Amino acid sequence: MVNTKRGFGSSLVPLSDFSFEEPDRKLILYHLGFAFFVLFLGILAGLFQTLQRAGLITLPVQLGYYQLLTAHGVLLALVFTTIFIIGFLYSGVAKTMDGRLVPAARVLGWIGYIMMVIGSIMATYAILVNEATVLYTFYAPLKASPTFYFGLALLVVGSWISGAGIFTNYGSWRKRNKGKESPLFAFMAVAIMILWIHASLFVAIEVVFQLIPWSLGLVERVDVTLSRTLFWYFGHALVYFWLLPAYVYWYVNIPKIVGGKILSSALPRLTFLLFILFSIPVGFHHQLNEPGIESFWKYLQVVLTMAVIVPSLLTAFSLIGTFELAGREKGAKGLFGWVKKLPYGDARFFAPFVAMVIFIVGGAGGVVLASYQMNSTVHNTWFVTGHFHMTLASSVVLTFFGISIWLIPVLSKRKLTPFMNRLGIIQAIIWAAGMVLLSGTMHIVGLLGAPRRSSFSTYGDHEVALGWIPYYYVIAVGGALLTIAMLLFVYMAFHLMFIAPRTDRVIEYPIGEVYEKAQRPPKILERWSVWVGLSILLSIIAYAVPIIDMIQHSPPGSLPYEPW
Amino acid sequence: MDMPRYERIWMNIGIGSLIIFLIILGILAFGMGIHPPDSLEQTANPETIDIYPPFDQPGVYQTGPNEYEVIMTSFIFSYEPREIRVPLGAKIHFKATSKDVVHGLYVPNTNINLMLVPGHVTEYTYTFDEPGEHLFLCHEYCGTGHQLMQGRIIVYDPENTST
Ligand SMILES: [Cu+2]
Ligand SMILES: [Cu+2]
Repeated sequence: MVNTKRGFGSSLVPLSDFSFEEPDRKLILYHLGFAFFVLFLGILAGLFQTLQRAGLITLPVQLGYYQLLTAHGVLLALVFTTIFIIGFLYSGVAKTMDGRLVPAARVLGWIGYIMMVIGSIMATYAILVNEATVLYTFYAPLKASPTFYFGLALLVVGSWISGAGIFTNYGSWRKRNKGKESPLFAFMAVAIMILWIHASLFVAIEVVFQLIPWSLGLVERVDVTLSRTLFWYFGHALVYFWLLPAYVYWYVNIPKIVGGKILSSALPRLTFLLFILFSIPVGFHHQLNEPGIESFWKYLQVVLTMAVIVPSLLTAFSLIGTFELAGREKGAKGLFGWVKKLPYGDARFFAPFVAMVIFIVGGAGGVVLASYQMNSTVHNTWFVTGHFHMTLASSVVLTFFGISIWLIPVLSKRKLTPFMNRLGIIQAIIWAAGMVLLSGTMHIVGLLGAPRRSSFSTYGDHEVALGWIPYYYVIAVGGALLTIAMLLFVYMAFHLMFIAPRTDRVIEYPIGEVYEKAQRPPKILERWSVWVGLSILLSIIAYAVPIIDMIQHSPPGSLPYEPW
Repeated sequence: MDMPRYERIWMNIGIGSLIIFLIILGILAFGMGIHPPDSLEQTANPETIDIYPPFDQPGVYQTGPNEYEVIMTSFIFSYEPREIRVPLGAKIHFKATSKDVVHGLYVPNTNINLMLVPGHVTEYTYTFDEPGEHLFLCHEYCGTGHQLMQGRIIVYDPENTST
């Protein structure tokens, strides 16, 4: 039963008596709670970095710039994202598949969660006691303590078990609903976890078979190029693991919020499958400027990298199409009249809408980075950092804010008040402003040559390096704005969780409906073995020869170093 | 699959320009030889490279009428040589490696952007078209002193022979 009342902006805020079953509610809440705590810590670390790099503060000896940088990267890029994403996916899988998780999925979800939390704590501990100042990419032969690597391994393996929970739930639903097309949300969750498990298998191989034995002193030397290659096999897909849950929200949830329809049930599925195919066999675009890999393979992976433009264009078209139809249904006229009819006053829409706009710019920067030759002008400069702060930290995180503002009250069974909605919009504006300042300036100063991942330095007062410093101040201002937005978000999350008025009829968990005239998706889209097989095949084409080459012609290897 | 006509047009334009773009990159690479830094050459144990040629004698060597070779090692937290003098307009061939962790060799505002990986040699050729004192620095995190790793490339104008 859904009853609708006029709500924020022009959007409808329906209430419903759907609520998660207690065990599901708890499982999802624990994911979100831990993720937000980690977000808080990670952003604080980021703030201090921006201030130190601008030369505005001096950090205590016990806590160095690179230690903070490691914490920032590990906490935000690896821990926050993974745990939030899994929590969100579980919520949608439960909601769209009979409103509840099957018992086996719950058990797997908890095992995965506990492993991820323990792993995160171990890795963070190693960073704090200064035994792992290796940044979140942990490039050998920088050597962290075994605690750090074991922590990361637990985090990754835990996420696989969570993934198994999603597969189990999906498999059970399909068995009970023979011949029906699966809910779009659940389909996408499965696709994301397949992508994630395939890619992270290889970073796990790096950590478990190369780094842990070497860190324990069981083997003397490590093959550096191989370890970097295994890392980046995973590293680019990681980016899509962050992005795709945001796409889920844009594709599946937002149409409901704007009062539109999902235009097609088949194309979004195809889009996600293409992302599985083209986000893995492409890691060399992060290694374009390093030796030991033949040019041909680098170029081939550049071509495969650019293929992600295809699903990206499909996404852009179908989102704009959904918005246009929704606007026209509300009586919009003319070519662009629908633009005015979108519910900008609704934080559930506003934050991700800003995210989409920023993402257009972010995506363009990505094309520069992956362009075989052009990369040399910006590789390892702050342009790169700017790029993923525009894509991950702006687009993805803003979308996660937009999700949280309704998902928390659904879970806490409290009211999403108009005041909280307004705060949500203000919070998104401050965050977006901070991120545009920070990442936009990083792009500019990166083009001027400022290196990424570097503590304050004037490079012997060289004029070029001195020219970068004013930009660092702007970045620090961005960092400060982001911290304010983060504190505001923490307050909102706390309020929606514990303080807002209780209610039996909570805000609706928005799930878009598919356009009536859309065709049923062809069966092949749901035959996972085909897509997993294709994904493996593409990886073999892109990686088999260069990796065999690396192993056959490996240099003597490197001893461990801890230069901090 | 149900794809509306406008979407089909949109996708065709998108994919078409993508293919043109990739062909241009390919021609630049394999037709004109413009590649990012590279090399499949390797070294002995990274920590002992300074007893074998060529890295036993890092420095700048003239190899042709207007051609130079820079043999360079990097290590925590410096380079050898730290100062490179070359004439304007000369072809400079860099050959560099690392003795310990991964370092970078980056000259801001140029395409000299090399990863120096222990066990491997990185090569790149570049011609400076502006005289002056160019900064080079390490752009791959290598430890607490990373931000101190730097040097200078002094590009002099041989016409203005006062030096
Ligand atoms: Cu990438
Ligand atoms: Cu360095």
